[in-house]
Amino acid sequence: MRRLSPAITQRVAVTFLWSLTLITIGVLLYIILYILAKGLPHISWEFLTKAPESMGRKGGIFPMIVGTFMVAGLAVAIAAPLGVATAVYLTEYTREGRLTFVIRFGADCLAGIPSIIYGLFGFVFFSIALGMGLSVLSGALTLALMVLPTIIRTAEEAIRAVPYTYRETSYGLGSTRWQMVTRVVLPSALPGICTGVVLSLGRSISETAAVMLTAGSALRLPQSLSDSSRTLALHFYILSREGLSMENAYATASVLIIIILALNALAYWLMNRFIRRAG
Amino acid sequence: MGAHASEPIIQVKDLSVTFSGCQALNGITLDIRRNERLAVIGPANSGKTTFLRCLNRLNDLKHDYRHTGNILLDGKDVYDSDVDVARLRRRIGMVYAVPGPLPWSIYDNLVYGPKLAGIRSRDRLDELVETSLKAAVLWDEVKDRLRMPAHNLSGGQQQRLCLARVLALEPDVMILDEPCSGLDPISTAKIEDALVELKSSHAIVLVTNNTKQAGRASDRTAFFLMGKLIEVDDTTRLFTNPTDQRTNDYLVGQFG
Repeated sequence: MRRLSPAITQRVAVTFLWSLTLITIGVLLYIILYILAKGLPHISWEFLTKAPESMGRKGGIFPMIVGTFMVAGLAVAIAAPLGVATAVYLTEYTREGRLTFVIRFGADCLAGIPSIIYGLFGFVFFSIALGMGLSVLSGALTLALMVLPTIIRTAEEAIRAVPYTYRETSYGLGSTRWQMVTRVVLPSALPGICTGVVLSLGRSISETAAVMLTAGSALRLPQSLSDSSRTLALHFYILSREGLSMENAYATASVLIIIILALNALAYWLMNRFIRRAG
Repeated sequence: MGAHASEPIIQVKDLSVTFSGCQALNGITLDIRRNERLAVIGPANSGKTTFLRCLNRLNDLKHDYRHTGNILLDGKDVYDSDVDVARLRRRIGMVYAVPGPLPWSIYDNLVYGPKLAGIRSRDRLDELVETSLKAAVLWDEVKDRLRMPAHNLSGGQQQRLCLARVLALEPDVMILDEPCSGLDPISTAKIEDALVELKSSHAIVLVTNNTKQAGRASDRTAFFLMGKLIEVDDTTRLFTNPTDQRTNDYLVGQFG
């Protein structure tokens, strides 16, 4: 069999990779455009600022927007410091050994558990055993547990990517370990840590199963952390599942997608700015 | 301190070092005098860098590091339990073989150490930046762009920045680990020039693979081989008339 010339192999490879990339982008664009096309016409100022009426057949989604940000924001606010602290401990404060293996293995296992299991655990533990009921707090704690492994592993990768010479240099200039971590390592690892946090925020916002069982599905505006609240993703699920209003379901989905796209764009913008400044 | 210039600032007594049981240094006894430039030469794997990193306890970072013997700085053992390691590393400032600016501006690189030492005054920090950059022969090249990222500097400039960064600590001893190994001859000359000026105020220990550099830029030279100190003498005497055959072999290029 004759071998193909390198130039032809090269052309075939490029075409092949290009078409795969196009398919990926195509599918993504199709989904986004399809939902936006169905949902955007039903979005109005009233839809964004009013409470729902008759189970969401009419009215708006304001309480769900607030509820989504409360539950997801609180979840990430809890998980991010905890996850970054764990990553710092794993990378800077302990040697590789049985303990680090157990922590890492545990985190990887947690990352693979279906979200409905988290929901069930949160329901049994936070809502019932700790008496939080169906509430923003219970939902946020459950989501925090769910995204914790992602934050730990991305933060760990980001911290490991900081060159060892930076650490040696910092010690050589008379820093303690803590000063080295807070002034040299964490600032350098920040773009990577932010990526993990934004991914986690996106996952928290779009989660349904875990929040349904822990934050509940109340339609009213949550006044405090102990109130039940319905998130946008869950609202969409209930609207479409129970056939209440497909128009409003698509409109809700559009709002959800726009929020997540905006968050990602913001994160990238911040990261680029940070990287440029750090040079 | 008012001590006499030829008195030792650092006394190394019977220092032996192992990593995971492998012998890296074997019974080193050596004084480093105030206001001298001591060159440490020897082939690869002779323990030069390990020796240097014992002085500022940078080897502590390696968990398999064990040592016996003493290192006295002004008569006090640097491995005593009550020694503040961070402060020790500011008194014994180190320049590494590979220039390692932190990913910040030139200015921030220079004030990092002084800030760790607790210096907060803006004027004092500005003054330290200027004097240390001048001493490292870099001031004229960067004085108008102190806010520029340090990584934009050339390799030779980066290494002089690292030298300046250590000078800003106002250390008593400077230890340099092959500071010119990756640099062009002009940058090397500039660093050697800076060392001549610095000798009046600092003890300098210069590890180098380049015997010519040891000849040019030191007052005394120590020759290390396989973790042992073979001999130490005035640089001119060691180069012209070494007492040990192995030193002679190394200097004429028989091995290493």
